[in-house]
Amino acid sequence: MGRCHSLAEKIKVAVAGNPNVGKTTIFNALTGARQKVGNWPGVTVEKKIGTKNHNGHVLEIIDLPGTYSLTAYSADEVVARDYILEEKPDVVVQVLDSTNLERNLYLTTQLLEMGTNLILALNMSDRAEMRGDFIDVQRLESLLGVSAIKTVAGEGKGIDALLDSIVTKKEQNIPLPHEIGYGGMVEEKICALEEIIKGDPEISKHYPPRWITVKLLEGDDNVIFKLSSESIKGKVQDFLSAIDNEEYEVEMADKRYEFISTLMPQVCTTCADEVSPSDMVDKVVTNKYLGIPIFLILMWGMFELTFAFATPFMELIDMFFGWLAAAVISNIETVWLASLLGDGIIAGVGSVLLFVPNIFILFFAIALLESSGYMARAAFIMDKLMYTMGLQGKSFIPMLMGFGCSVPAIMATRTLEDEKDRLITMMVTPFMSCGARLPVYILLAGTFFGRQAGSVIFGLYVLGILVAIVSAKLFRTFLARGQPSPFIMELPPYTKPSLKDSLRHMWNEGYLYLRKVGTVIIGGVVLIWLLAYFPQGAEYGSAGSLIGSLGKLIEPLVAPLGFDWKIAVALVFGFAAKEIVVGSLGTLYGTGGGEALSSALMADPGFTPAIALGLMVFTLLYVPCIGAVAAIKKETGSWKWMFFQAAYSTAVAWVLAMVTILVGNMVL
Amino acid sequence: MKSQMPLAMSPPGQSCRICEVCAGRGLKRRLVELGLTPNSIIQPLECRRGCLLVSINGTRYALGRGMANKIMVQPVYGEVSQFG
Repeated sequence: MGRCHSLAEKIKVAVAGNPNVGKTTIFNALTGARQKVGNWPGVTVEKKIGTKNHNGHVLEIIDLPGTYSLTAYSADEVVARDYILEEKPDVVVQVLDSTNLERNLYLTTQLLEMGTNLILALNMSDRAEMRGDFIDVQRLESLLGVSAIKTVAGEGKGIDALLDSIVTKKEQNIPLPHEIGYGGMVEEKICALEEIIKGDPEISKHYPPRWITVKLLEGDDNVIFKLSSESIKGKVQDFLSAIDNEEYEVEMADKRYEFISTLMPQVCTTCADEVSPSDMVDKVVTNKYLGIPIFLILMWGMFELTFAFATPFMELIDMFFGWLAAAVISNIETVWLASLLGDGIIAGVGSVLLFVPNIFILFFAIALLESSGYMARAAFIMDKLMYTMGLQGKSFIPMLMGFGCSVPAIMATRTLEDEKDRLITMMVTPFMSCGARLPVYILLAGTFFGRQAGSVIFGLYVLGILVAIVSAKLFRTFLARGQPSPFIMELPPYTKPSLKDSLRHMWNEGYLYLRKVGTVIIGGVVLIWLLAYFPQGAEYGSAGSLIGSLGKLIEPLVAPLGFDWKIAVALVFGFAAKEIVVGSLGTLYGTGGGEALSSALMADPGFTPAIALGLMVFTLLYVPCIGAVAAIKKETGSWKWMFFQAAYSTAVAWVLAMVTILVGNMVL
Repeated sequence: MKSQMPLAMSPPGQSCRICEVCAGRGLKRRLVELGLTPNSIIQPLECRRGCLLVSINGTRYALGRGMANKIMVQPVYGEVSQFG
């Protein structure tokens, strides 16, 4: 009967750990949830929640952002710390990299000081054993007073034991703040300050006073807001202003490492070889001369492969929607309904679904590179270039994510500690060509550039990068002056990319695309259909329809580029989501997507290869989709920056499209 | 007494012991959290104009040049203890 009783109770579990230790993989294995797995710090920017039923217990598991410590330094660390402090999870699972215990234990000492009910998941234990390390788990448990379990998250090893341990830990529930002795002078100050803090009636109820004291002595200003009594706050401030924080901070960090280094020889014997396979790969991949060429070849190969593999699937999808639209139109007698379903929804959605194979393959390739550990090297390789342009190597990571979708990329700038770095990175990230622009390229490049399509698309991606870099330089010079903040980043060891994780990543990103098709894009194409169908009497999608009048109204804005009203309309609707550019062209040319639209574009004398190239450049650079614009507003907290980004990017798009078309007219 | 030099000037492949970090507290704290404490052994692997690739206890970090100039090191020869 005891089991029934525990059913009602939810066990709150937080998963914490350094970046790159396999935290998210453990989280996935624990919950079975579909989550993105990344290999660089900053992928887990928001906490993710999953639930798991284990032996009649309900576990609510939260994935915290990866942190090296719990002293508030970046936004990620504040999130992780405040969660543990305010939400008080029943159990905290710290995931550690067994091959790098010493550094990982630094976070452990902080979790122990906070008095969390702690379980250590010694992850990557297979790798540690392979290189000859032996970790004495029992000794580690008894010395630290925690539970520890060896895991290999990728293979699901140790996960059941971990789940059992969580339940046991919750039932025992005896978390004791583990004290690290800081020695003479520091301890004296801790005692004195702790006495003052205990005078605050609220504090002892909510937080371990010694922990608050230690943080205050370390100069963690965030903690002072936890005090509720104003008079105590004043006393604390007086106390702190009389001492030199920095001295204590260094002393305490030293003591923590001293504690760890006396612990290490007792729990871990090692005969690790200094030169690992990763070192050898890095010698080539990060080489001064080879690094950038290898990076470019990998990227180019990725887009070539995407194009080559996807083509047969695209043909199948195209045939299916062509058949479906024809079948609907010929079988439904009500003319307007047949047109709405056939010309509007099926043609519009079909023209966007056509690109699902490309999107899936591209995301799969990015995930493979990501999980192999290569992407972090890309940041290292690009640091010099980024620095000369006024950013640091780390900014390259959100920009790389921008290839997938600008929205998470803008959110990923949270890992940058410096506000100016962060602002500039956010302003330029939308220039990185996101997945939604790909359909436009594939349609236009495929139609007008035949065999060179892959290279044209690659060129657009490079153009996006260049514009981002030049813009960053401009912003650094005129808007956010100063030096980029110092760059330091951990490079994870190379691993065999996990097929399962890459497929999962591919599905997650691809699913977002599909969901967008189901909502924004259907909405967009229906609206375009309505505007194209009315007023009654006008020919569908012609200059006489509502959409024609709208197009004529805005045409002058883009007429100098040689764009007609149809393109103008497509671009306006592309603001909702850039895929709609294709969908609306399909509607306006009355063809749906695929082959038919290609032939219609080819047949239009106003649509030259130079115009097509200019339109691709414009689509790449002009105001990002509404989702990205909203993300910029949210992350900067400012309308000013949001409008600035929209206006700046559209101006750049206009100018560069003009240049492209002028040059294109001469060359093509 | 062997002389100290900035990490940025240490030749690739040469193991070094960190003597001192001459930086502001924010940076110092960050380095400590990453395990770059005084007395730990650091090995520059690859030197580029922009930044350095270093190895500490088998973990690789990319380190900006500015930062590498603020970390003072001494070369170490022969056998070094893992937990120096």
